[in-house]
Amino acid sequence: MAEALKRTPLYGVHVRAGARMVPFGGWEMPVQYAGIVEEHRTVRSAVGLFDVSHMGEFEIAGPGAPAVLQRLTTNDASALAVGQVQYSLLCDPDGGIVDDLTIYRLDADRFMLTVNAANIDKDWAWVTAEGRGDARWKNISAETALLAVQGPRAEALAGRLADVDVTAIGYYRFARGKVAGVSAIISRTGYTGEDGFELYVSAGQAVDLWDALMDAGKADGIVPVGLGARDTLRLEMKYALYGNDIDQTTNPIEAGLGWVVKIGKGEFIGRPAVERVKAEGPRRKLVGFEMVDRAVARHGYRILKGGAEIGVVTSGSYGPQVDRYIGMGYVPTECSMVGDEFEVEVRGKGQRAKVVQTPFYPSKVKKS
Amino acid sequence: MGNYPADLKYTKEHEWARMEGNRARVGITAYAQEQLGDVVFVELPKVGTKVSQMQPFGVVESVKAVSDLFAPLSGEVVEVNAELVKKPELVNQDPYGKGWMLVIQVSSPQEANALLTAQQYEEFLAKGGH
Repeated sequence: MAEALKRTPLYGVHVRAGARMVPFGGWEMPVQYAGIVEEHRTVRSAVGLFDVSHMGEFEIAGPGAPAVLQRLTTNDASALAVGQVQYSLLCDPDGGIVDDLTIYRLDADRFMLTVNAANIDKDWAWVTAEGRGDARWKNISAETALLAVQGPRAEALAGRLADVDVTAIGYYRFARGKVAGVSAIISRTGYTGEDGFELYVSAGQAVDLWDALMDAGKADGIVPVGLGARDTLRLEMKYALYGNDIDQTTNPIEAGLGWVVKIGKGEFIGRPAVERVKAEGPRRKLVGFEMVDRAVARHGYRILKGGAEIGVVTSGSYGPQVDRYIGMGYVPTECSMVGDEFEVEVRGKGQRAKVVQTPFYPSKVKKS
Repeated sequence: MGNYPADLKYTKEHEWARMEGNRARVGITAYAQEQLGDVVFVELPKVGTKVSQMQPFGVVESVKAVSDLFAPLSGEVVEVNAELVKKPELVNQDPYGKGWMLVIQVSSPQEANALLTAQQYEEFLAKGGH
């Protein structure tokens, strides 16, 4: 028998809201409420509320914490100030990506790592085995809920409910405060390409916060948003999804994540391997493409050129805002320039596609 | 529950057929479009294509899923709904009307006996629909 699916503290809320629940990374999660296209467009035009409590959170605290993170992760953790968030990677010694994550510097020697839901157990085993030092790890995934408020109306909505000035929180920064009376880490981050916040709260208060946001957000046109639209929103931004676009068989350079690998910072796990790829240049690259012929590319479809297989689609769908069939995939570096054409094999037939400028839709995140 | 017009015949693959003389207009049911979610792509055969009862004639894709379409009856395709190329969402908005997919010139009218009535289809759905 399959292992029982885990549920977030908001499971009952989703069911009552009429969500369609599906298995995702070991969790029973809402894939959609009213419909993926409508939810997607509402996030682009107004504001949407996401339950992403399935994500994992680890804390590491102690005098050795900065050094441990510097060795475990590819970005320069020493550049992270208290109150700042950093996107980073865990790599294995071959340069394969164990996970992508965000790191929060809570205090001088205390950090929080947010990891992908499907990787919680693998990452926990990895960091506790490879991340030894004068610091202690704590897995706080179960007691932590995570809500994302995303869209052009997110700032106004969060601002009305928070007891801190959310307009002062810069992109990839966070503040501690209360939102609708609930103690939260208020983080100006997201996975949609829109302005907005991710709110970390204790699991027991997730329902209160959800209800308060849905209620106060009525005036802003808020809707609950499922994982279906979360996926199409991130695809329009060409944000990588672990397990689809990146995994332990892909390296950060070919995935276009070289900007979070700081070779010059000193030793870290995977450095020699990644440095080699960087020096030689990647053989393949993760590109964003648009279908020229009318067809939908899907994860796992083959990419062909002149009938021969040259790569693979890692993500593909209809982009509800750009109103085109778009995708991401690995192709040889010599076929990875904007304008380069290839075919995607859809039901045995090659359908033309071309590499385009990404993001597919211009990012609206607050960069100030 | 859903809306299943009594003048249509249904398949267990969730297509409907409306007899119009010797022709049958074909689409997918309210249940099918609801299960699929937002339809974003429909692939239909060309006029003149021969289709066979309960064999795939095309594909419907939602944001998340790809599903085959099955012919309720055998015959030759004499009309396809070209509007679905630009507006696949018509399948969601009006599954029995503007969301129609094909018209088949039926070659074996007796095949219709194998299709479900609206009542039989609703009973089939009540038992899980698969």
